[in-house]
Amino acid sequence: MAAKHHTLSVLVENKAGVLTRVAGLFARRGFNIYSLAVAPTDDERLSRITVVVDVESKPLEQVTKQLFKLINVVKIDELAPDESVERELALVTVRAETGTRSQVIELVQVFEGKIVDVGHDEVTVMLAGHPDTIDDFEDLMRPFGIDDVQRTGRVALPKLERQAPRLRSVSGKVG
Amino acid sequence: MKLTGAQALIKSLEMEGTEVMFGLPGGAILPVYDPIIDSSIRHVLVRHEQGAGHMAEGYAHVTGRPGVAMVTSGPAATNIVTPLCDAYMDSIPIVVITGQVAYSAIGSDAFQECDTTGITMPVTKHNWLVSDPQDIPQIVREAFHVATTGRPGPVLVDVPKDISNQTMDWYWPESVDLPGYKPTSLGEPEMIRQAARLIGESRRPVIYAGGGILKAHAAETLRSLAEMTGIPVVTTLMARGAFPDSHELCLGMPGMHGNYTAVTAMQKADLLIALGSRFDDRVTGKVSAFAPDAKIIHVDVDPAELGKVRRPDVPIVGDCRAVIEELVAAIEAMGGADAQPDRSQWLAQVRAWQQDFPLHYEQSFDEGSALKPQYVLEQLRDSTPDDTIVVSGVGQHQMWTSQHWRFDHPYTWVNSGGLGTMGFAVPAAIGAKVGRPDRMVWAVDGDGCFQMTAQELVTATAERIPVKVAILNNAYLGMVRQWQELFYEERYSEVYLSPDLPDYKMWAEAMGCVGLRVEHPEEVQPAIDKANEIDDRPVVIDFRTDSTEKVYPMVPAGGPNDAIILDPSQGEGGR
Repeated sequence: MAAKHHTLSVLVENKAGVLTRVAGLFARRGFNIYSLAVAPTDDERLSRITVVVDVESKPLEQVTKQLFKLINVVKIDELAPDESVERELALVTVRAETGTRSQVIELVQVFEGKIVDVGHDEVTVMLAGHPDTIDDFEDLMRPFGIDDVQRTGRVALPKLERQAPRLRSVSGKVG
Repeated sequence: MKLTGAQALIKSLEMEGTEVMFGLPGGAILPVYDPIIDSSIRHVLVRHEQGAGHMAEGYAHVTGRPGVAMVTSGPAATNIVTPLCDAYMDSIPIVVITGQVAYSAIGSDAFQECDTTGITMPVTKHNWLVSDPQDIPQIVREAFHVATTGRPGPVLVDVPKDISNQTMDWYWPESVDLPGYKPTSLGEPEMIRQAARLIGESRRPVIYAGGGILKAHAAETLRSLAEMTGIPVVTTLMARGAFPDSHELCLGMPGMHGNYTAVTAMQKADLLIALGSRFDDRVTGKVSAFAPDAKIIHVDVDPAELGKVRRPDVPIVGDCRAVIEELVAAIEAMGGADAQPDRSQWLAQVRAWQQDFPLHYEQSFDEGSALKPQYVLEQLRDSTPDDTIVVSGVGQHQMWTSQHWRFDHPYTWVNSGGLGTMGFAVPAAIGAKVGRPDRMVWAVDGDGCFQMTAQELVTATAERIPVKVAILNNAYLGMVRQWQELFYEERYSEVYLSPDLPDYKMWAEAMGCVGLRVEHPEEVQPAIDKANEIDDRPVVIDFRTDSTEKVYPMVPAGGPNDAIILDPSQGEGGR
């Protein structure tokens, strides 16, 4: 994914309607979301929203500042691509007829994917990896005929460094 | 102590110091209206829920305390969305309580159900849907805290009917539990020193004071900054009164209908000190051509405002009063007034603009001369106490009032700036009068605006709230007419309203007010005098004003501020 995208890891209070507040804010301030993943954290009072935003439409600074104004948003970490570990999971159903099945299986093995369902003339593959890898896999599968793709959207954590973490925390809470 | 949710709600409002609430009951809020009978809180029964919201805003504007409104679910909740949005745009602290269908019925399309928290999410600072009566004191405490701290704003608490009826164990929370809400108040010391240095280097500075000055109770502090440095001050539409108009350093209102000096001084400045202002498009005109040579110091309690429109050279997040106090101290530490550069040339230039391009209109007293709205306003201004609270709607009359009134005290000007809500004046004036019964309150309204919310004068009469209303009745949606005249080749589309349909005098009388009508310039003063003597009921004066009068100066929408158009009799201006 090009550099015009940025990943924000947003720690929010685990309360009803919080996702609506975050998603609604993006919509009404004109920020585009590329992907969104929400899950509980190890602290049951908090959830983590990992959101990939298009920073070409509006500067990232405005996105984070406006997000911070939401009362339920506790912390925002900006995860630059080269400073974070990003992963995504995809389920891909691809045509695999007698003539092409072995080629498909071979490629799945190259990508270290896993066939999780087999039908008469198609297979469903599970692949977890860097989002770019999943893009590549999709490209290579397309000639065989992709019937369905379901991607989870990326999740990310800051890269562990020997020095102090380069994770950039956005400071300054808003009234 | 066992209380019902409804009792706990009213008790919580009392604990927050609520003296008055504006509202209208209905099905889902019925349980909460019962304990009001036994409460110390005064309830003002409105005629339309929008009125309740604007009254709460007017109250908050003049008292600085949060206004409280309470209405039922469904259509009542949707009717109060406009005031919420208005308060959101102008950072007015109001707390709105809405009834909701029973919690168990939510999502079933029950009678008078609507997704109130969903609908109001984009127009509130925060909102809450109560799911347990035990949470009510905590939520009310948090609602008032959020509404009044940081950048103030509206909040909403949606209370399902069954929650109001259930019982809870009363408590009053010691503190709020908002881990994601920590407003910054003190400015960064290094930034403040940088700001002081920039000010000390500037030859042509202007203080660009916005509504944040009033929200932060920083009018006095602003004055000390201006006087110590000798820097002239413009006060935006939301900041009129934050710096006295009669002060020699006051340049008045900038922006689309600002005066020539305020607009031009900003354009020519080498430094803008933006204090609680947000570079609104109505102030900047074309952003890329706004104050092209100016460096920017931008102080705001909301970090998202810094750099939203114009990138500041020195951004300072903090409460205006605290930051200005620190700034004054930093300037003193650098030598104070004596260390400021000689700016006599700049001030002389500003004076020259003021002399050459004052606000201009001409009232003729010849037989049959049309009444000029500006003349009405100047007579009204000169016939009322200095601390009179003036409330306006939105349009030409609003701009003329802001231009021609002399605001020498903070919290004397109440209007709808950001949202531009027609119909704001009458209910907001009622709320202002409830908040400051000791003051004279005049609403200046347009005929179009008046027709949107006039029914609240019934509320004013019934509740003995003696507001006064001056309708500048030009029989048109005047501002739209002005744009059609100037930018649509005089093709007037759907702007004519008629001067005497409705008959405003009779309408006022039907609502229990005193109704007066003025058609000629010489009748203006006697009518105002008569209105000023009445203090036991509302008064409405229908001033029949010149339909063709336009608001000048004017910067055409989207144009650069250098393209300011003066009254045609004043020629091309200083360009």
